[in-house]
Amino acid sequence: MALPLFPPTDDPGPDFVSLLRRTGPPPVVGRAEGVTDVRHATTVAALRFRDGIVMAGDRRATEGHAIAHRAMEKVFPADRYSAVAVAGAAGFAVEMVRLFQVQLEHYEKVEGVSLSLEGKANQLAQMVRQHLPMAMQGLVVVPLFAGYDQRRGTGRIFTYDVTGGHYEEADFQATGSGGRDARSTIKLGYREGMPRDEAVELSVRALYEAADEDAATGGPDLVRGIYPVVAVVTADGYAQLAEEEVAARFAAIIDRLREERGVTASTGGEPG
Amino acid sequence: MTMPFYVAPEQVMKDRAGYAQKGIARGRSLVATIYPDGVLIVADNPSRSLHKISEIYDRIAFAGVGKYNEYDQLRVAGVRHADTKGFAFSREDVDARSLANLYAQFLGNVFTHEMKPLEVEILVAELGADGRPDQLYHVAYEGTITDEDRFAVLGGDAETIAERVARDWQPDRDLATALGDTVRALAGPDRTLGAGDLEVAILSRRNGRRAFRRIADEELADLLGPAPAGPAAEAPAGPTAPEEEPPDPGARPAAAEGPQEEDPEG
Repeated sequence: MALPLFPPTDDPGPDFVSLLRRTGPPPVVGRAEGVTDVRHATTVAALRFRDGIVMAGDRRATEGHAIAHRAMEKVFPADRYSAVAVAGAAGFAVEMVRLFQVQLEHYEKVEGVSLSLEGKANQLAQMVRQHLPMAMQGLVVVPLFAGYDQRRGTGRIFTYDVTGGHYEEADFQATGSGGRDARSTIKLGYREGMPRDEAVELSVRALYEAADEDAATGGPDLVRGIYPVVAVVTADGYAQLAEEEVAARFAAIIDRLREERGVTASTGGEPG
Repeated sequence: MTMPFYVAPEQVMKDRAGYAQKGIARGRSLVATIYPDGVLIVADNPSRSLHKISEIYDRIAFAGVGKYNEYDQLRVAGVRHADTKGFAFSREDVDARSLANLYAQFLGNVFTHEMKPLEVEILVAELGADGRPDQLYHVAYEGTITDEDRFAVLGGDAETIAERVARDWQPDRDLATALGDTVRALAGPDRTLGAGDLEVAILSRRNGRRAFRRIADEELADLLGPAPAGPAAEAPAGPTAPEEEPPDPGARPAAAEGPQEEDPEG
């Protein structure tokens, strides 16, 4: 690899994507007709609470009607103060996250300061937009971005559509095939200025309900000990919850539902 | 009819070297030293925003002395090289040695082929991992590359400073002691350097994935300890410095340790 030096009049600046276009491996281009059974990732949700945001995502990836992967992670740290979660075509989604992470760090290192949260959200929007040709062929990637805005001292959540449109959400959002159920659950339990514990509980509950209703969303896998990923971003930065804590919360939900009985009787039993 | 002047190649090289050395000597010096937790880099630099020391990658830091625009261009090229390499292959595949070699090639090339040599000296420091030792690569203006395993001094007054650093250097100093010794060596007997005159950064094993961290403002003042009353009067001021290394997290709210660890697999 050569030393990537550019004349000042032709410098890619702190933009890693345009640097890659000139020096790195070529980006994926072309058409994907006939590709049907690609892996898809499913439900991710984010909600705002008193000190920041909580983001949660299930672990299942599907290929058509088959389960392709049981332990896929969909919630990632974008940088110290933000998290990104993805739903959609898994291969592209994970690659988009990887590129996004490098882009944020690259900017920070070259410029010496981090991007604003809004700047990060815009960057991600551009990546989603560049993916549009693939999305038109069914390989949709829809991320969810949330973080702690250090300048405003609050958590913020951004959602995206396939065209790269991004919209700031007031309090919560969920996306992916089980997003609707997760959203309804959060909507019913949400209140302004929740403490961390309550917010984490609600996000876990939302994923439980999504897995209960949606075949492509994985619930807690008690047999293999695989649980959804829950992350919290506050002024102290990104932190992923320990698996034991998530497991304990799911256990509590299941116990409670068993006691109450009949609450989920219409759909029957635990989600698988 | 004019005859082109003949200039002996020796003379050309000598002139270029002299030119570059003069340019470098005008700037202030910089010391990098290895201590048990990693690498400490201290620069005589009163600027808060025009850095001599920067982060290149997870375990790699860059430092330069001489002309700012020239070493900053090299710094950015280093970040680009490391990020593209890490993206194309894996984060583990990015190493300081190959980057230092690239710098050496480039500097050597400019020195022999361009009108003007670069008036810079640079340092590529790497925090060792998996049993490999910490490494300091010192690249001079003409492309000479040397690797150091204790300390490296860059800049005009390098030889005298290196003598002073070597006198105090010990492998098992804590951060405060290493910093105190290094600052005294950098300042020399006639000056005292305070927190406001210094740019300090570390590559520390305690920092998680991104090992680079700047030490500035209050944290730096605390580590330096109370300023000696007379200018450099008391040489044995070292032991008065805080014995204990302050916990690395805490000091900076950004010190989120673990989380950056997780990279997406894929």
